[in-house]
Amino acid sequence: MYLGLDEPVRECQYNQICTRNSLPMETLGHKKKKIPRRKWQVFPGRNRFYCNGRVMMARQTGVFYLTLVLIMVTSGLFFAFDCPFLASNLTPAIPVIGGVLFFFVLGMLFRASFSDPGVLPRATPDEAADLERQIGAANGPSGPGYRPPPRTREVVINGQTVKLKYCFTCKIFRPPRASHCSLCDNCVERFDHHCPWVGNCVGKRNYRFFYLFILSLSFLTVFIFAFVITHVILRSNRTGFLSALKDSPASVLEVLVCFFSVWSIVGLSGFHTYLISSNQTTNEDIKGSWSNKRAKDNYNPYSYGNILTNCCAALCGPLPPSLIDRRGFIQSDTPQPVSHSNGSSMYASTQLHTHMAAATPLLHSNSVMIGGGGPPFPGKSSLVVPCASLAPSQPSLPSMPGLSCAGDMLTLRDPDTHCHHHHFASPEETPSPSGPMPLTLPCAAHMTHGGHIHPAQLYDPASQDSLHEDSVRGLVKLSSV
Amino acid sequence: RFHNLQELRHSASLANKVFLQRDYSDGTTCRFQTKFPSELESRIERPLFEDTVKRLNIYYAEAEKMGGQSYLEGCLACATAYLIFLCMETRYEKVLKKIGRYIQEQNEKIYAPRGLLITDPIERGMRVIEISIYEDRGSSGSCSGSSSTSGSSAR
Repeated sequence: MYLGLDEPVRECQYNQICTRNSLPMETLGHKKKKIPRRKWQVFPGRNRFYCNGRVMMARQTGVFYLTLVLIMVTSGLFFAFDCPFLASNLTPAIPVIGGVLFFFVLGMLFRASFSDPGVLPRATPDEAADLERQIGAANGPSGPGYRPPPRTREVVINGQTVKLKYCFTCKIFRPPRASHCSLCDNCVERFDHHCPWVGNCVGKRNYRFFYLFILSLSFLTVFIFAFVITHVILRSNRTGFLSALKDSPASVLEVLVCFFSVWSIVGLSGFHTYLISSNQTTNEDIKGSWSNKRAKDNYNPYSYGNILTNCCAALCGPLPPSLIDRRGFIQSDTPQPVSHSNGSSMYASTQLHTHMAAATPLLHSNSVMIGGGGPPFPGKSSLVVPCASLAPSQPSLPSMPGLSCAGDMLTLRDPDTHCHHHHFASPEETPSPSGPMPLTLPCAAHMTHGGHIHPAQLYDPASQDSLHEDSVRGLVKLSSV
Repeated sequence: RFHNLQELRHSASLANKVFLQRDYSDGTTCRFQTKFPSELESRIERPLFEDTVKRLNIYYAEAEKMGGQSYLEGCLACATAYLIFLCMETRYEKVLKKIGRYIQEQNEKIYAPRGLLITDPIERGMRVIEISIYEDRGSSGSCSGSSSTSGSSAR
């Protein structure tokens, strides 16, 4: 028996899982010699990645394609049908300006849609355990079945008391202005809103692109609208209204699209201009976090005081790099925050130290067992089944250290790592790099971190062999228990 | 005890990790708390530690500073539709590299000889500064030997 433990029910389940896990264990040496996996492939959020991790979008991208089609079709019709007339009768500057606007709009749209909005990576198991310990100590001991109160921390920023909430999915205290997007299942810094038109969240890193997109799109819409009307008027002066419409039927479609777009897009631009000048996010504005109606002395602590500084800060401030390093390679000694149903990814990651390799098949079995029958947790999305954490309210937990003691365990906190079951969509649904994106794009320049944890370690055959050796040694040890 | 980082990583066993959380009292800018954790009291002198953290805070403030240079960079980037970042590094990235080198240097000179290791916060999503505390195990010959003793002692 793999573990030789008392409870027969668990033994059966371990039986099933063992065989699956033993395969990757045996072929670990072989698998390691293949191309190592990139971090986007095991990303815990509900995002889609294209171009081998360069492009990052939300799961539902249908509306984004609609946006793209609308813009391209309308502009295409404009350039094809109206521009020749306007260029020859008015000035060739019209198609030129239109062209510049069009490319700027597309550029900003792609930038807003494809870049990381400022996703906060989830806590590593050690961090999560450390936080749990701190919270547990603060709340005091409580009996089983007692659910602790929502976890918050208070910070005073610029004289205003701000509450930092604990995110149960990401296992972190959210920084101020961050929020958890339930559609993408990520905590995003300076979360503005999730925009289906752009197919991504709008947060700290792509807010300026989003704003420039809607601003330039309003100009483009107004531009096309004005010049199509001009075109029709000029034509009807010559040939009469109806024949003018017959000569350029596309103009009717363009006018319709532009007319309905203008209201919404120009309105949205105006709204976001207001938000930028007062340094608020859509989220804060909707909730009325800083409005005077909430409390007399309520004010926005993040505002710089004057409109110009606020605008400069939002649009021209330094662009922080992506924190999730999606194109980085998974390294054996870097703890990855989340487990997946795919067993092989476990062995490539989630190890604090090489000799803990033996413990991982154990923990993975644990997670499948508990994840299936775990008590419901106040998570953000009904699709995610968060596992039992080390909070005292989880009655199934005390048995876990007993199970894991069969192996060598330096830290018993690690069971928490692998328990987080996620909506299994993200890694499996990730399309191949030759997916639905036919356009080659100037991919956002994101940092790839080698850091000072040398990437060479991954390719070092000595360390791979030692990893394999350790895990085999671990298996032998466990089977002898 | 330990003379270099390599020795630390391969022969020592991890005893504990201390996490320095972010200090949000100044808003959303990146700062870390300089409170000296009790677990490090026996391992490192307080002024050395505080110096490291304060220096890191200074670097992060420099990266996020909004002034003439960052505005210029922002406007130039916008004018080129952000294509300029294909060939140029942002100021933030440059400072992050500097931070990476600083942490490496601090680890080599100060922390590794004391059996400690600082992890660059960028690898933890800028949430924490993670300091790993290593225990000095007697024989660093075979991994399994040391691990079984640590396993039994952990229980």
